Amino acid sequence: MSDQPLMRVSGLHKRFGDKTVVRDVSFTLARGEVKGIIGPSGAGKSTLIRCLNGLEPIEAGQVWLEDTELTARGADLDTLRSRIGFVFQDFNLFTHLTVRRNVTLALIKVKKLSRHDADHIAERELARVGMADKLEAYPAELSGGQQQRVSIARALAMEPELMLFDEPTSALDPQSVGSVLRVMRQLVAEGMTMIIVSHEMAFIEAVADDVLFMVDGAIVEEGSAQQIFHQPQQDATARFIDGIAAALIGDGGDEPASR
Amino acid sequence: MIYQTLWNNLPYLAEGAAMTVALAVALLVIGLAVGTALGLSQSYGAWPLRWGATLIERLFRAIPAVVLLFLFYYGISGFYDISSFAAAALALGLRSAAYQSQIFRGAIASVPSGQMAAARATGLTRRQAITAVVLPQALRQAIGPWTNEALSELKDTSLAYTIGVVELMRQADYIVSANYGHTLAVYGAAAVMYLLLSLAATWLLHRADAQLRVPGFAHS
Amino acid sequence: MSDWLAFALDNLPALLHGTIYTVEIWVVAMVVGFITGWVLAVLRVYGATPLRWLAIGYIELIRGTPLLVQMFIIYLGLPQVGIVFSPLVAAMIAIGINTSAYQAEYFRGGIRAVRAGQTAAARALGLSRFQTIRYVVVPQAFRIALPQWANEVVLELKYTSVAFAISVPELMGEAKMIGASSFRYFDVFLVAALIYLVLVTVVTVVLDWVERRYALRH
Repeated sequence: MSDQPLMRVSGLHKRFGDKTVVRDVSFTLARGEVKGIIGPSGAGKSTLIRCLNGLEPIEAGQVWLEDTELTARGADLDTLRSRIGFVFQDFNLFTHLTVRRNVTLALIKVKKLSRHDADHIAERELARVGMADKLEAYPAELSGGQQQRVSIARALAMEPELMLFDEPTSALDPQSVGSVLRVMRQLVAEGMTMIIVSHEMAFIEAVADDVLFMVDGAIVEEGSAQQIFHQPQQDATARFIDGIAAALIGDGGDEPASR
Repeated sequence: MIYQTLWNNLPYLAEGAAMTVALAVALLVIGLAVGTALGLSQSYGAWPLRWGATLIERLFRAIPAVVLLFLFYYGISGFYDISSFAAAALALGLRSAAYQSQIFRGAIASVPSGQMAAARATGLTRRQAITAVVLPQALRQAIGPWTNEALSELKDTSLAYTIGVVELMRQADYIVSANYGHTLAVYGAAAVMYLLLSLAATWLLHRADAQLRVPGFAHS
Repeated sequence: MSDWLAFALDNLPALLHGTIYTVEIWVVAMVVGFITGWVLAVLRVYGATPLRWLAIGYIELIRGTPLLVQMFIIYLGLPQVGIVFSPLVAAMIAIGINTSAYQAEYFRGGIRAVRAGQTAAARALGLSRFQTIRYVVVPQAFRIALPQWANEVVLELKYTSVAFAISVPELMGEAKMIGASSFRYFDVFLVAALIYLVLVTVVTVVLDWVERRYALRH
């Protein structure tokens, strides 16, 4: 593992109108690291991760992918984005294209691969996520979990240096959640660098090397999964974790689980 | 000079515009009357009535306006000395009726079926339920598309030029042939007048819409 | 009745010859309108402010004035500034410009109805703005706009009849010439009406089939 972090975020600030949604966020991401971002709804987690590949413009701060500053004026965002894989909560598969074409589109148009090479990669990645038999299906014919797995394959096909997951299972019914988490776990085992925004606490605890706990756009605490989930240093973190534990046990505790 | 010519002939253009408006109003009134009948027949009529109405509607929507104009003008002239204005109003009016019937049919269909059910449940007859409950709501739904149709017909009055109605286009034509070299300017002026008429009509129809608006009733 | 039938059959060849011009004008105008319509729609939605206003101005101007005026300006007015077109070409240009404004509005509606997530996903993969519009937005926007577009296609077929006013020998023009020489105006226009009826019905059936297969509900 090289010494230089794969991604560096420094002093990120984002506003929607006069509401500050991301407040002075800074962190680094090492190659091969899995970072989880948790927190109550409205904490700015989704907005933050969307800033990391330039989908949201920012008011202040910098984001670096290795040596290149994403947030610099005149940065080649298209090329940078082809190095970062992004998985959306709503999957966002291209509805007018088959599963195969969904995966090969960017390979052909952005990486300028031949249709033959692109198909080859598509078949490989779709097999990796267990969707090899649905090559010619259209998104509307697939379940939510299947669509999300295709969208992961679509991102992986670009051979990104890092993968960003924006609440990948929040829009899925409970049965499908497992199939998607299984794919993500596989990626972790293969050493993929990932940032995951999620409410699946057990999953985050199991796979994350480092966890960010956010409230109201700011990082309240950062630490290992062990620390955040079992020895939180901040009161807010403790309350959040307790609330979740209570909900899991079915305590009906005074703090509603912020899912 | 161009402006001099235009200025001198403004009265003629205005006359043409007035004729345009007159024709538009006439044809829209015919279209409204017949169109409502057709729309109601298609929505509520027994099947012979429905089929007849659909046939008429399909026919008048499939045949181009100019063909209808000529058919009516030459067809009726055979046994009755009809003016070109009347022939135009009739031909374009019935054509508009076909389009309007579709608007009304759509508007009636968009009124939730629960309205009819509730009306009948209070003891109203089918006829009463239609006139007192469904139609008033359908009317408000129809205003948007009807406005589009009216503006479209305003422009289509220009086609009456082909059977000799002296509306805006024909007036422009006369001016062009009387004044060599100002073709572009005169037709340009005619175009501007149509734009102004469209704007005026849009404003008027929006005023009418606002008058009829029911608070909280969402419509397109 | 049989007399009319004989008359109809006698003149059918000439009328069908005119019909070929009708279809020619229609096809060329629709292609011109389609391409221009998309350019306008994209400018309208994605363009920088001056381009957007240009597109809006063009669309409002064309939609606010009758086709006949536009045709006269192009065929009779432009020669004044040195631009001369044959009647056929003038008709194609006029109808093409006319339909482009209406098609632009339908395409614009379609573009706006494509969900934002589609664009986000495309950009996240590294597709450029242009590539995103071309490969992800437009194909979906067109399917959404299909019913209105199909309607416009049929409408323009009927409006080709206006071209007779600038002496194009399409179906209407031929009919008028036959009427003038035979004085049987009503009879010949009845035949013309029937031919339009057949054309429109065939085109409508085909487009209905296309709609059923490809239209996207949004």
